[in-house]
Amino acid sequence: MKSWIAFWNILLKDMRNYYLKPPNISWGFVFPVAWTLMFFLKAQTEVNVRELLPGVMSLSILFGTTSVLAVTLTFERRSRSFERLLLAPLDLNLLMLAKTSGAILFGVVNAFIPVLFAALITNLSGLRWVPILGAVFLIAVTSTLLGLYIAVSVREVFEAQTFSNFFRFPMIFLCGLFIPVQGLPLYLRPLSYILPLTYGADILKSSISQNGHLALGVDFPILLGFAVLLFVLSIRNVKRRWIS
Amino acid sequence: MSLKKGGPVNIVEVDKLTKKYGHLTAVDQLSFSVHEGEIFGFLGPNGAGKTTTINVLTGLARATSGVARVAGFDCATEIKRAQEIMGIVPDESNLYEEFDGFENLCFCGALYGMRKDEREKRAVALLKEFGLAEAGKKPFRAYSRGMKRKLTIAAGIIHDPKILFLDEPTTGIDVASARQIRQLIQKLNTAGTTIFLTTHYIEEAERLCHRIAFIVNGKIVRIGSLDELMREVQQENVVQLVFGNDVSPLRSSLQEEFPDVTVERSGNQTLRLRSSRPMNLTPFMRFFEERQLPVYEARIIRPSLEEVFVKITGLEAEKMKQEREGRGKP
Repeated sequence: MKSWIAFWNILLKDMRNYYLKPPNISWGFVFPVAWTLMFFLKAQTEVNVRELLPGVMSLSILFGTTSVLAVTLTFERRSRSFERLLLAPLDLNLLMLAKTSGAILFGVVNAFIPVLFAALITNLSGLRWVPILGAVFLIAVTSTLLGLYIAVSVREVFEAQTFSNFFRFPMIFLCGLFIPVQGLPLYLRPLSYILPLTYGADILKSSISQNGHLALGVDFPILLGFAVLLFVLSIRNVKRRWIS
Repeated sequence: MSLKKGGPVNIVEVDKLTKKYGHLTAVDQLSFSVHEGEIFGFLGPNGAGKTTTINVLTGLARATSGVARVAGFDCATEIKRAQEIMGIVPDESNLYEEFDGFENLCFCGALYGMRKDEREKRAVALLKEFGLAEAGKKPFRAYSRGMKRKLTIAAGIIHDPKILFLDEPTTGIDVASARQIRQLIQKLNTAGTTIFLTTHYIEEAERLCHRIAFIVNGKIVRIGSLDELMREVQQENVVQLVFGNDVSPLRSSLQEEFPDVTVERSGNQTLRLRSSRPMNLTPFMRFFEERQLPVYEARIIRPSLEEVFVKITGLEAEKMKQEREGRGKP
């Protein structure tokens, strides 16, 4: 019970101090709008919103979660307020779960902003919501843990931003968000399959535009495996780097 | 200090603790204990290993070898149990700038699993006790340095810990706040909290601590009560006599009368008598009485802790203080 009081208050604190701050809320709106507009303008013909939606949703989660967690954790490390959390009698797994939960929720909310926009301009009937929700959640988890990995590896806030982009931009092209994985050169495809976002985007494609190329029974276990693996690696990394 | 049958109870036990960072040995085979209920001073220059030791004891660092225990809990394997009864105040205030004083205290209480009503009640009481009741609704970022330190200490004791680790609590703050913090430390200790205090202010340690350890280059060079440390370096007895008139013409006749004692002038109206043995003051008083020179004050001069520190460690205490203060400035 005591641990859950701490967990809940860390989550509330992060929500209040970071995720519900106007710049972050506007980020959640501006980013998906910018991506959608970019594709509208680029296409110069009628855009199939359904085909675009999985990619925009995935990017909204990826850019939202990695940035916000990497930056806030690095900021708390710099101001030493994170030390206060490490000194609390709270299991490290639960502490990191509390720290990542806020970013995961932020990512999930971000993912549905493009869906709201899409609903205004196209008919979204026939979407398979259960796999969509599962995929959104797992993409948010893996992206957040990527942000945690970045936070553990850097010292300064600006480094966190730079390092985040080092991972994120290649993922846009390698994860089949806008260019199908089958369309990539053969030598790049192995890279696609070691990225969790590939599987998340594939679930969204299967559930929104019915053009995923792997079975959901393959995508989900792999994505879940990535989530568990990244969490274990992140905790190990935190222990090695921050409690050395 | 709580004393039980068979002597004091140890709340902190450190045995052959070593902490290495690569090739650098920050703490080297450290062994000491802290008694329950005492104010234990950990004194040393920058880089001596004070903060590293605190980090190992509080769970922010892992020992390379050796054992550290707090309240019987092994800091390597049972640190979360130990953290429940510890309060930690780092050398820099690390509360949340966005929160006000009250919210910061409540959040810290929540980290220790305190329920909402319990932590709010305690936060209000602590703000009052620390003279921050009015500032309780101000954001932490608007606090002065002294107020920040006070709130950080309050946050460290929100859960009523058995032992409080205070790392340089008065560095870089104004004199009035520093004095108030020292009073608070004494008050906490009187109420039963064991205090583990690291400081570079020798006079602060002298004023507050029951026992003191000197740490230099990761090793404890001396540990003991103030009296024990003083006795060790006190090689002579010094008595200072203060008069109403100029006594300088009498110095040589006094020296002739008492050849076993070294007589020194310390200003026109003050003399210092030095001897390797304890002195009986009656013959001296008679000497001055016969010459109709009333003695206004007679005082035994003991070496200061600073002198003890310098003698034992060979370090310049003033230099150490200046170094630290330079670092502590905003």
